[in-house]
Amino acid sequence: MSDNLQTLGDALPRLGDAVLVTLQLTLGGAALAFVLALLLGFGSRSHRGAVRVPSRVVVEFFRGTSLIVQMFWLFYVLPVFGFRLESLACGVLALGLNYGAYGAEVVRGSINSVPAGQWEASTALNLGHVHRLRRVIFPQAWALMIPMFTNLLIQLLKGSALATYILLHDLNYFTEQLRRSTQDTFFSFTFGLLVYFAIAYLLTLVMNALEVRAKNRLGAGPTLREVLRIAPVPATAKAGAA
Amino acid sequence: MNDIWSWQRAADVLPLLLEGFRITVLATVVGMAIASVLGLLVALVRRAPSRWVTLPVGFLVEFIRSTPLVVQLVFVYLLVPGLSSLTIGFLVLGVHYATYMSEVYRAGIDAVPRGQWEAATALNLPRARTWRAVVLPQAIRKTLPGLGNYAISMFKETPFLFAIGVVEMFTAAQQYGSSNYAYTEAITMVGILFLAASYPTSVLVRRLETRLA
Repeated sequence: MSDNLQTLGDALPRLGDAVLVTLQLTLGGAALAFVLALLLGFGSRSHRGAVRVPSRVVVEFFRGTSLIVQMFWLFYVLPVFGFRLESLACGVLALGLNYGAYGAEVVRGSINSVPAGQWEASTALNLGHVHRLRRVIFPQAWALMIPMFTNLLIQLLKGSALATYILLHDLNYFTEQLRRSTQDTFFSFTFGLLVYFAIAYLLTLVMNALEVRAKNRLGAGPTLREVLRIAPVPATAKAGAA
Repeated sequence: MNDIWSWQRAADVLPLLLEGFRITVLATVVGMAIASVLGLLVALVRRAPSRWVTLPVGFLVEFIRSTPLVVQLVFVYLLVPGLSSLTIGFLVLGVHYATYMSEVYRAGIDAVPRGQWEAATALNLPRARTWRAVVLPQAIRKTLPGLGNYAISMFKETPFLFAIGVVEMFTAAQQYGSSNYAYTEAITMVGILFLAASYPTSVLVRRLETRLA
């Protein structure tokens, strides 16, 4: 066991690099996915067929063909057509496209579940289309979206482990290397999985904080500061939240 | 165009892919069967009164749920010698998805109205009968769309089995690609086959969802 820890200690700088690659893939993929989710999600609700149909086709295409197929397609097949992407770009692009398509469904569903009265009220107040979406509809839909985005983000983190197979030195690769140098499968993989778990946990915490903030801005629930402070929240604030 | 896409190669690889497709479907069906039974068990165990049970089980579920399936597959494959890689694939897929399914069951059980429990108590039904005859039938009905969605998602994650050398559809394509150095047709067709199988299924599930809602 102490030998294992010794080996792990020696490998720590490489662990840092590996976690960095995994985070680059996850956060880069998530950023791309978020932008795509908004574009495709709003696109799929458009009244204009010329916008709606292509958005639906793109969403169903990237949801329907597996992530791993997409990643390997970008890595092995795209160069045949004359575009060679770096491994990291392949990974980010595949993760972003795949989870962007899933996210688009989340965006579409959340916007649809904002009560019709909110739309009608903004029309009655004579708000413009952009104004209505930005100040009334989207903030409410956003609070609904975040928990589902959290799930997708964790899925995306897990999907990033595929990057090992397109020759990136991510956390999955580090785990295999650690196994090779310690000759101890149980130790190295438990360690690797725990690091993944820790990253997932941190990402969930950040997303939960975003959710608290989004709900508070709607006038429901405590502020983030109230949630984070050590002293218990006063009873009145709790009653307000419920 | 001809040097990029060859119909000859496409025809060569298609039988291999269809053979792999069989394994892909098999893995999905067996994996999902394990996941739906184990998921229900996990959901029930997580409602146990003792913290000594719920906390470790809860941690284990969260752990499996938030770590990558590929890594888990390789881990179990290396750790358990003697089992065929296909068996390990079934088991790991099943256990991984059982952690998702347990949440679906939990939501289904929570959605059974309180009145049903109270009525069962009022009728003096034994605990086992309450679960079997009152709660679960209503809860499981609500979990059907979730089961369908996870089946589709598992179907698309079966390519991960390539990491432990199970020759399902994607591995077949990968092997053909590396031995002929021609990935274009093989990988593209795998994508199309996935789409062709999963899109109609997802439309069916969506219809089921509206019908049960």
